[in-house]
Amino acid sequence: MTMVRLSELAMGQPGIIEDLDAEEPFRQRLQALGFRIGKQVRPIRQALFGGPLQVQVGSVNIILRRHDAAQIYVWAEC
Amino acid sequence: MLKRIALLGMPNTGKSTFFNRLTGASARIGNWPGITVDLLGAKILLGGDLVEVVDLPGLYDLHGFAEDEQVVRRFLQSNPVDLLCIILNATQIDQQLPLALQLCRLGLPAAVVLNMADEAERLGIRFDPVALAAGLGSPVGLISAKYGQGCAEARDTLRRMLNQRPAADTQALQANFAADDALIAEAETLLARAVTMPRMLEAGLSERIDRIALHPVLGIPLFFLALFLLFQAVYTLGGPLQDGMAWLLEHFRDWALLPLQSILPGWLYGLLVEGLYDGLGTVASFVPVIVLFFLGMALVEDSGYLSRIAFLMDALMAKLGLDGRSFVMLLMGFGCNVPALMGTRVMRSRGLRLLTLLIIPFSLCSARLQVFVFLSTALFTSSQAPLVLFTLYVVSFLTAFGTALLFKNGLGSTEPLLIELPPYRLPTLKQVGLRGWREVHHFLSRASRFIVAGVVMIWLLTHLPPSAAVGGSETLAGIFGGWLEPLLQPIGIDQRMAVVLLFGFVAKEIVLGAMAVVYGLEGDALAQLMTQQMDGVQAFSFMLFTLIYTPCLSTIATLRSESKSLAFTGVSIGWSLALAWLLSFLFYQSARWLGY
Repeated sequence: MTMVRLSELAMGQPGIIEDLDAEEPFRQRLQALGFRIGKQVRPIRQALFGGPLQVQVGSVNIILRRHDAAQIYVWAEC
Repeated sequence: MLKRIALLGMPNTGKSTFFNRLTGASARIGNWPGITVDLLGAKILLGGDLVEVVDLPGLYDLHGFAEDEQVVRRFLQSNPVDLLCIILNATQIDQQLPLALQLCRLGLPAAVVLNMADEAERLGIRFDPVALAAGLGSPVGLISAKYGQGCAEARDTLRRMLNQRPAADTQALQANFAADDALIAEAETLLARAVTMPRMLEAGLSERIDRIALHPVLGIPLFFLALFLLFQAVYTLGGPLQDGMAWLLEHFRDWALLPLQSILPGWLYGLLVEGLYDGLGTVASFVPVIVLFFLGMALVEDSGYLSRIAFLMDALMAKLGLDGRSFVMLLMGFGCNVPALMGTRVMRSRGLRLLTLLIIPFSLCSARLQVFVFLSTALFTSSQAPLVLFTLYVVSFLTAFGTALLFKNGLGSTEPLLIELPPYRLPTLKQVGLRGWREVHHFLSRASRFIVAGVVMIWLLTHLPPSAAVGGSETLAGIFGGWLEPLLQPIGIDQRMAVVLLFGFVAKEIVLGAMAVVYGLEGDALAQLMTQQMDGVQAFSFMLFTLIYTPCLSTIATLRSESKSLAFTGVSIGWSLALAWLLSFLFYQSARWLGY
């Protein structure tokens, strides 16, 4: 298991959230949508032209931009 | 011994509203043993006993690592609590039930309150309170803290629970935190038994649809196709409705109002019937189309497709300092600018909000479209006219994007995009209708004030002084047009059309009515006359100017109230006027220079 950023996971590769290294309002919003430490998150697809990432966390699908996803650290199987 | 009720729930569940309902004005900030933050507490009279109610911080998870969650744990461990009052957001019960289960398993007496029950009902969510209560092991009540519904009953339940159970003991509080996974599974079974959600397509189906809707190559073209179909549907349905409205209005006029001509003094008849009624009539016949747009947009939002659009377009929007949602609002503006402007409320970042507000007025709204359809069919051949309209739409997009690019450094967005892609939903007709109706109603009540004032003003300005020919150059309107003429001549607009532009400032729907007054003709006769009054180049220049120069008064009023800044509104208007003149100038002069 290695610690990587959410933006570095391959499509379909699950990771367990370890840390939300973000500023407070964004952090709160992440938590409200289900990004909690210990929960599994899985990227599903990426929009064209460097667009946002669609990730599945729990039973919910969320979209967020790559550089924001880079603030979320996850444990991934090597 | 004072009994104590602790109020718990996730953030944004209306907990404070409910707390205020329960405690009124007696709440005070205080501190309690075991925690370092201050909390809101109040002492109330519940069935003859004095009871303390404490508002605990919002939390997502009792085992969470956030500070608020630690505060809640410490409070419960250090202070005896006789009753937990758990408040959930009924519209998000699927996400919030696990927390309720967690809290109910603590071993303390609990009562659960489902807030925003009115909204849940509107969304089509149905509850079985008996099954929920059985699964949670606590009474469940539906309330709307905002409107007060169910609050008296909730209060009563709290009183009953307090009287039934003996005072609790902190030692008796079992730290039996069930594993999260088991809890979520339990929550899901309970949900399936006790809550009916509106027809949501199961996750598998939504995923399969998304494979097409969000396809890397097909996604965006499909979206434009969907958009095209929406517009087609609106105009196909709206056309006959519009004709029907016009027919109704005309017949009412002939039957009820014409006879008044012999009773009322000439000027009053003119003002009331020709000014007010006819003027309002041109706008009113347009309402069906606006309503259909509102409905269409409500459908796009409620079905869940809106977030997909934001996903597809965010890459481009981010380069302009905007957001995927800004694009959606821009699209809404093509129906009507006003609801689009109001839609920006979901944006928290002020910079993003202002930038989006700045570009929405450039959307070619249905009112402007009405003018363009009339002029393009009158002055261009049937093969040229659609091309003219299409070009105007392209210009609309380009001015919006261009404006964003220019202003993005001053106003850009710092807000991270974070939105849910909900499962696709098939909204009920009732849902869409109700939503659409609410928004239309809001818009109409605001717009009608301006439009009424506007049509009366047109009539007055074109009929005063009484000695001048109606709509002619000696009327007040004509004089104003004369002042503007030197400014507008280089873009091919003469004094009479300048007058029309003045009135277009109030509402674009009035433009055709204004033309009718200024030229003394309407409908086909007016169209005929226009072919002699201006050529294709002048017409396009005029349409270009009308598209950009200012939005209608209702839009400006909404801009002001949404931005809360007169200065910003001023910048918006100033920029639009300048850009309109510049583009029309470039077009008109180039076209003439090229020999057209």
